[in-house]
Amino acid sequence: MSQSKLPSTLKIGISRGFLEIKQFMRQRESVVFTLLFPVLLLLIFGSVFKDEIAPGVTFSQYFVAGMIASGLVNTGFQQLAITIPMERDDGTLKRLRGTPAPASSYFIGKIILVFVSMSIQVILLLIFGVLLYGITLPSDATHWITFIWVMLLGLISSTLLGIAFSSVPKSGRGASAVVSPIVIILQFFSGVFFVFTQLPSWMQNFAAIFPLKWLTQGMRAVFLPDSFAAQEVAGSWELGKIALFLGIWSIAGFFLALKTFRWEK
Amino acid sequence: MSSTASAIEVHGLLKSYPNHVAVAGIDLEVRSGEIFALLGPNGAGKTTTVEILEGYRSRDGGSISVLGVDPANTDVRAWRNRIGIVLQSTKDAADLTVEEAISHFAGYYSNPKDVDQVITAVGLSEKRKAKGEQLSGGQRRRLDVALGILGNPELLFLDEPTTGFDPEARRAFWDLIRQLKNDGTTILMTTHYLDEAEALADRLAVMTNGKILEVSTPALLGGRARAKARVSWSENGRSNLEITDSPTQFVNQLSARIGGEIADLSVSRPNLEDIYLEMIGEKV
Repeated sequence: MSQSKLPSTLKIGISRGFLEIKQFMRQRESVVFTLLFPVLLLLIFGSVFKDEIAPGVTFSQYFVAGMIASGLVNTGFQQLAITIPMERDDGTLKRLRGTPAPASSYFIGKIILVFVSMSIQVILLLIFGVLLYGITLPSDATHWITFIWVMLLGLISSTLLGIAFSSVPKSGRGASAVVSPIVIILQFFSGVFFVFTQLPSWMQNFAAIFPLKWLTQGMRAVFLPDSFAAQEVAGSWELGKIALFLGIWSIAGFFLALKTFRWEK
Repeated sequence: MSSTASAIEVHGLLKSYPNHVAVAGIDLEVRSGEIFALLGPNGAGKTTTVEILEGYRSRDGGSISVLGVDPANTDVRAWRNRIGIVLQSTKDAADLTVEEAISHFAGYYSNPKDVDQVITAVGLSEKRKAKGEQLSGGQRRRLDVALGILGNPELLFLDEPTTGFDPEARRAFWDLIRQLKNDGTTILMTTHYLDEAEALADRLAVMTNGKILEVSTPALLGGRARAKARVSWSENGRSNLEITDSPTQFVNQLSARIGGEIADLSVSRPNLEDIYLEMIGEKV
């Protein structure tokens, strides 16, 4: 009997991506929480902190850069580290494992979901930022190119680390309690809610181990005037170092995800 | 494709967990095209055995061949393309409709069945737009079966397929399984329902404490065919019972003596459940 060919991993992965988006959009609470939460935070912080943190730089401008960076961590790392254990509990993963779909097609689906939900968040943040708080967008290609590669590296590292970390929570129900505090602490330490250089140096040093600090710095390089670079810790944006750190975390995330991923409890 | 007479061959299969031996060296053969039922109380090792055969678990010893290959050591995708698995109770895909779930999973296989035909075959035509979470227990199970048979499997695993079904749904389900068998699918099922095993299985095995007690047919299991028959009838307002090796002869004599219709006459052999309970009761 001649076997017709199995669908490719990529084809199944893309079809999983569409399915994931469909399922995500059907869970109204997660749509509101994930997509609108950054905008809500922007409204709150933008209303409270109206001062300029440097000549021509409002706190809102600084905050939008930080929120885009932390959105990458929320939609990638946090969301996956919580939802994958839930899918392990409800049998989604066990069912998949019993089919010819390879694990990598599941991961591709997750990356597509994170990419789409992240893109919606960025667009919403920028629209509200520009309309309500007069945030200025970069006007030259160089800054947008920086934006794209920082986004992509953030997306990849965050997604892979989320898949890797999904093995840590023992159950889907407890996952949020394990994962959320890590993300919130990192947000405080990495200069999302406060100006990074005003944090104690031990916090800065601790944050510098993890990707979020480098993501926020990369987004500041995109959305803040170049003159602000002088006020960064190193006195520059350190784009090379950002690429290096996010690259290392992406590679580490890739191997960790492969090594630790579990189909079953 | 290699065409062997056995869909599954198991020799000396061993699986231990830290505190107990789940499967204690069993031998098993499932022939191509048959429905084979694995019976046994909870904790007997049925699910462990089946999950090893499905490629979900590793084994500690013994050799297995499923559709001619060892699941622990094969090109998993090509092999999984040839089998179908219906797991015990599931609750995934709750926010997808029947139709969405089935069309999506069809995209995983090289030669899937037609989505509409599968929906009709499992009797979910009226529920095709309903989400997983809106289905009753029996409908949900039929969705699981739909996803299991979608890839046109040569071998189908059914783990406790009709738990939670009402009698009518169970009959409909049995017809579906017989249809699959007629189409040439080999089926290995576990079940708690002896009437189900009797209705469907060509052969069955009884498992307790990680061992197989007997492999037989529903009619012959536990010496059932040789078991004494019970003849009961009423005479002069009293009910009588005779346990005998030769019920035909006994009824003939009875008929000659009484003449005409014998009130409340019934001749029965122990049913499969009686035999089964006796078997596991002795050995547990």
